[in-house]
Amino acid sequence: MAMQISFDSVTADYQIGPIRSPRVLDSIDLLLPAGSFTAVIGHTGSGKSSLLKAMNGLIIPYDGKVTIGQTTIKAGKNKKALRAIRQKVGMVFQFPESQLFAETVEKDICFGPLNFGVSLVEAKSIARVVLKQVGLEPSILSKSPLSLSGGQKRRVAIAGILAMQPDILVLDEPGAGLDPIGKREILQMITAWHKEKKLTTVIVTHDMDDVALYADDVVVMEHGQVVKHDKVRSFFTDVNQLNEWHVDVPQARSLQLQIEQETGIKLPGVCLTLPELADALIEVGIV
Amino acid sequence: MNKLILGRYFPGDSWIHRLDPRAKLVAAIYFIFVLFLANNWQTYVFLWLFTTAVILLSNISIRTYLRGVRPLIWLILFTVFLQVLFTAGGEIYVDLGPITISKFGLINGFYIFCRFIMIIFISTVVTLTTKPIDLTDGMNALLRPLRKLKVPVDELSLMLSISLRFIPNLLDETQKVMDAQRARGTEFGEGSLVKQMKTLVPIFLPLFVSSLNRAEDMANVMEVRGYQSDVKRSTFRQLSWQQKDTISLLVMAMLTVALLVLRSNGFGH
Repeated sequence: MAMQISFDSVTADYQIGPIRSPRVLDSIDLLLPAGSFTAVIGHTGSGKSSLLKAMNGLIIPYDGKVTIGQTTIKAGKNKKALRAIRQKVGMVFQFPESQLFAETVEKDICFGPLNFGVSLVEAKSIARVVLKQVGLEPSILSKSPLSLSGGQKRRVAIAGILAMQPDILVLDEPGAGLDPIGKREILQMITAWHKEKKLTTVIVTHDMDDVALYADDVVVMEHGQVVKHDKVRSFFTDVNQLNEWHVDVPQARSLQLQIEQETGIKLPGVCLTLPELADALIEVGIV
Repeated sequence: MNKLILGRYFPGDSWIHRLDPRAKLVAAIYFIFVLFLANNWQTYVFLWLFTTAVILLSNISIRTYLRGVRPLIWLILFTVFLQVLFTAGGEIYVDLGPITISKFGLINGFYIFCRFIMIIFISTVVTLTTKPIDLTDGMNALLRPLRKLKVPVDELSLMLSISLRFIPNLLDETQKVMDAQRARGTEFGEGSLVKQMKTLVPIFLPLFVSSLNRAEDMANVMEVRGYQSDVKRSTFRQLSWQQKDTISLLVMAMLTVALLVLRSNGFGH
């Protein structure tokens, strides 16, 4: 069942060691509807990762509240709420392969479900399902996660999150450091899972083509604030505004703008993918 | 994990920050020895004044220093407790056979408590105000005479500087892995001792793996860049001994004289 995520004037600090970063989230109001697929973009240090952590109760706001489905997190003790939220929200960190620890892939994937009280038998059967979902063979289950290749490790780590059967999936640059094909496969796999399980998905990315291809909505962050929350298509319409935020334009859209400038013909609509662009070109009779 | 102050550097530009690391190291080590000269309340008051003055000069809030004491407080209290119980003499308040709480015991316990706290404060002053890299340079310079005895001083200081260099990385990484496992439903600091120890496995294993990987990368990079251990090398950062460093050592000498004057000779009054 899909759940909505809502931020109600959330302000939070982040502390690591003696270094305190004040207001990594600065009075954020945000509503991500149930079933939406949202991409979060922004510069390094703009608060993207902190926004994701706040969705999982890893950062507790000192002002305002975060509501996930029916559960609310605000300043103070939230022990019960935190447990409930972490069960519902599956979080894939940046380079998630660094969290693998168990002797076998199977044990690592079962770790999350077992923590939330799923029986061992059930956890093992879930492990098989999610492993297939991330495109790995069952024969890998008995191997050590450390013996796998980088791409395989990434998939196992993601499988470990999917195995918790979350209603909300939160991913911090799931494709970082992978080759283009591996990255595309991971994102397609996540999109498929998003549709099949009717999840609410939030993804941090730097690649505008990812935004154009996979997301429905886009959130732009700057200095801990949400400066824009829009549908992807209307977001990429106003190119001047995008330049102001130093946001790139997806390849297809960029090509469209170039063609429009060269030919002087305005294409109907905003093209986000190459097939869309091809259709638009045929429609106006350029090709 | 985030509360660990010992071994962290706080950037700043105080008088203490600008001292030569060699002077700071010598002064701090000397202070620990000189501490044992104190044996009455006058000397302890004097030492506290000195410690407070140094802390004020470092321009770092006293709360930071107190946080540095926190991880060690139980060890200190345990030692003080033993001291209180097993020192006899003076007026006796509680008597349980071999275990007594006496006037001397309480006074001694209090002195030892002060001694511990001051040692921690002063050594924290050194680590908080000196860049780790300067600290190793200073140590290297101080240990240099040992080279004649075939002690591998340069290798040791290289090892030290590499490990100090990676403490912040390790802390950040620990935080990351803890967050990741928390997101998978681990609850830290809950349940029985065995259960709590089990929750540490998912943290330490990934940390070991990444540390080993990093060590190997580091070794490769050093080799590629032509590092050799048994050659004489010059230093990029030059330490320069200035007037204020001499002054700081003179202050330590004056402290010693003052303590010698103030301390009571013999035991008891």
